[in-house]
Amino acid sequence: MARTNRAIPGTPVFDGDAARKGLALNAMCYSFNKAENRAAFVADQEAYMDRFGLTDQQREAVRQREVAAMIDAGGNVYYLAKLAGILGLNVQDLGALQTGTTVEAFKAALLAHGTTERSVAS
Amino acid sequence: MSEIVGGIFTSHVPGIGTAIAKGLQADPYWKPFFDGFLPVHEFLRRENPDVAVVFYNDHGLNFFLDKMPTFAIGAAGEYRHEDEGWGIGGFKPFVGHPALSWHIIEHVVGDEFDPVTCQSMLVDHGVCVPFELCWPNTDAWPVKLVPICLNTVQHPLPSPKRCLEFGRSVGHALESWPGDEKIIVLGTGGLSHQLDGERAGFINPSYDRFCLRNIVPDPEALTAHDTLDIVELAGSQGVEILNWLAARGALTGSPRELAHNYHVPISNTAAATLLVENRARADA
Repeated sequence: MARTNRAIPGTPVFDGDAARKGLALNAMCYSFNKAENRAAFVADQEAYMDRFGLTDQQREAVRQREVAAMIDAGGNVYYLAKLAGILGLNVQDLGALQTGTTVEAFKAALLAHGTTERSVAS
Repeated sequence: MSEIVGGIFTSHVPGIGTAIAKGLQADPYWKPFFDGFLPVHEFLRRENPDVAVVFYNDHGLNFFLDKMPTFAIGAAGEYRHEDEGWGIGGFKPFVGHPALSWHIIEHVVGDEFDPVTCQSMLVDHGVCVPFELCWPNTDAWPVKLVPICLNTVQHPLPSPKRCLEFGRSVGHALESWPGDEKIIVLGTGGLSHQLDGERAGFINPSYDRFCLRNIVPDPEALTAHDTLDIVELAGSQGVEILNWLAARGALTGSPRELAHNYHVPISNTAAATLLVENRARADA
């Protein structure tokens, strides 16, 4: 059965196309599981990107700290989170960057859903 | 004979692990979530299970996109957590149950599922955070672990129907295990959340309530949506509900909800905890 090209507004679907496109960027991010690799990236970002053969689009996105551009370049958010950690960004920071709002406003939007619903059987 | 005593379903947000490490359980932000585990702790004290079979997804610790299994079953004698890249750590090692793992593998392959089998496997926060929630303040985990990893990361993902059927096959394997262990099933991740894209921060309480209402009495209701429907309804990472669906499938007796807690937000996530008891079916 053919893949559907269904679009979900505002929602990147990490499929085979993205996985192919993003392989080098995601491989670099996966390497950040090791502290020595994080240190090597911090010490010389360009050389580290060379080592993983990032595309020009990926390099520029990383240089500019542009999360949306990293995702456009095939980055998967679970792997990008490891790069975000090096940059001192958490998932609320990432959310604010991608939605063009402040971190405070992003958190406030989450809190606007605030609820606690609990049930315990007798 | 072995007994599947129940199921515990919970979110596995990494920040929960950080909150535990910092002792923030009573902090006003965290308390409504952690309090949802009081019935779970009582249940676990009462049932005292020996083994946990955990359905979860890896977030780039053990599996990279070079080799991405749809279903992977751990068959190791021990499992460890390692650095995931952003400082979460300090989780205790796990003792495996390779004989039970291979029994499950034999059974599900007999049922025409085709899992990857892993005699070496790191487990990430998708396993570790739920363990910390279920068994806090222990020097060593009181249960052995069988980790079962589903691909909820790289599309195409397994369909909800397939996940439920896979879980049922695992449940039948557990029922036919000749050991006398008491087994608890865990399903981790979710509920609605989205980390990426312009819709980052998306939360959908109406879909979450639909899942919480139906997953125990009528799990097929969740299979009416395909994986992309779920991405739309639950957010791109909310699709981790597939782990819950597989875990629900493994409760092959007559399950009944004992407690649930739904709390929004924890980090970017609509967090939920669901406790289910499972009793053997009555046969004539």
